[in-house]
Amino acid sequence: MFDWIQHFADWLIYGLFGIGTETHLGAALNFFVYDTLKILLLLFLIVTLMGVVNAYFPVERLRNFLSRNQLYGGEYLLASTFGAVTPFCSCSSVPLFIGFVRGGIPLGVTFAFLITSPLVNEVALAMFLGMFGWKTTLVYATTGILLGTVGGWALGKMNLQNYLSDWVKQLWENAQRETEALEEAPQTLMQRMPDIVRGAWDIVRGVVLYVVIGIGIGAAMHGYVPENFFAQYLGGGQWWTIPLAVILAVPMYANAAGIVPVIQVFVAKGVPLGTAIAFMMGTVGLSLPEATLLKKVMTMKLIAIFFGTVAAFIILSGYLFNLIF
Amino acid sequence: MGRQTTIMKDVKILGTGCPKCKQTTAIVEETVNRLGIEATVEKVEDIMEIMKYNVMVTPAIAIDGKIVMKGRVPSASEVEAILKN
Repeated sequence: MFDWIQHFADWLIYGLFGIGTETHLGAALNFFVYDTLKILLLLFLIVTLMGVVNAYFPVERLRNFLSRNQLYGGEYLLASTFGAVTPFCSCSSVPLFIGFVRGGIPLGVTFAFLITSPLVNEVALAMFLGMFGWKTTLVYATTGILLGTVGGWALGKMNLQNYLSDWVKQLWENAQRETEALEEAPQTLMQRMPDIVRGAWDIVRGVVLYVVIGIGIGAAMHGYVPENFFAQYLGGGQWWTIPLAVILAVPMYANAAGIVPVIQVFVAKGVPLGTAIAFMMGTVGLSLPEATLLKKVMTMKLIAIFFGTVAAFIILSGYLFNLIF
Repeated sequence: MGRQTTIMKDVKILGTGCPKCKQTTAIVEETVNRLGIEATVEKVEDIMEIMKYNVMVTPAIAIDGKIVMKGRVPSASEVEAILKN
């Protein structure tokens, strides 16, 4: 599928620029061009696919569905999966949260959505596919969705509604199960396609710079970080390395584009995959800017419980990964 | 010919201040000015105010209190079509 990108990179670097195939520079540049193009193409495809899914199942429809139906626990998995396929924008977390609360959807289910939405996002998937291949990507996505499901369920068990902001608590008490459908007039896919493709293009354009910088940093680290450097400090399988990785990750709210290439170097230099994935999840899933946004709807205590629970589950899945792989 | 004598359109851009919302505001303002449409353009950033419109994804555009677009940054031609309606 990506042969033609390789041919293009070969032609550009070795042909047009005339840099020798044997030189370090040539190989590095070739790799850089190939990786960047491949990831941007993957990102475009993934966002387009998510756009198509969302055209059929907008988040309002999920809200209405969850509001009307009893799913006996399945609602956590559904909300979490939906969080994964909805293009993530932190600026929408608060309106989404309120929309769910008003629809009478249990807090835990709402949390399931909120956890997975940034954790398994389009940029992360494209970067993982491009740098680790489809197996690791599948493992990452599945773990993210399960983590959202279990995390949401656990948070739901804690009866946290008293820790919502006062005005949200009022909404929560007056919440009604949705009866009327709040949906836009249906359009055919063909009508929506131009918008979807344009939206995908906008997202790709928005992250190009980060992808380039991320891959650049990754390439530079590959060259300069000595073999087994991390393994000596982080990779020895000491029990405290995973919690440490997650704690280090929280203030690093770099986006996925910047972080995956770095993680790839970590793994290449001997950090176990589980530790690396825990770090990745901590970076994208627990971000301080999102916490600041959530302050409008939650008390600090609830935010702390929310982040603490998610962090605990991330650490747990890190251990699980290192145990299995 | 001559422009229809319409009442001022009340255009609101709902968004919590993210880059996408700012982009949307810029596009709407630019289009309103370019077409010389009689409209007030207002940016609504207060979350409680936004929630009155029942939107779950921002940015969104409301004209005369009715949501006409949500969840993405519109193109200039799209805004044009919305405003002319």
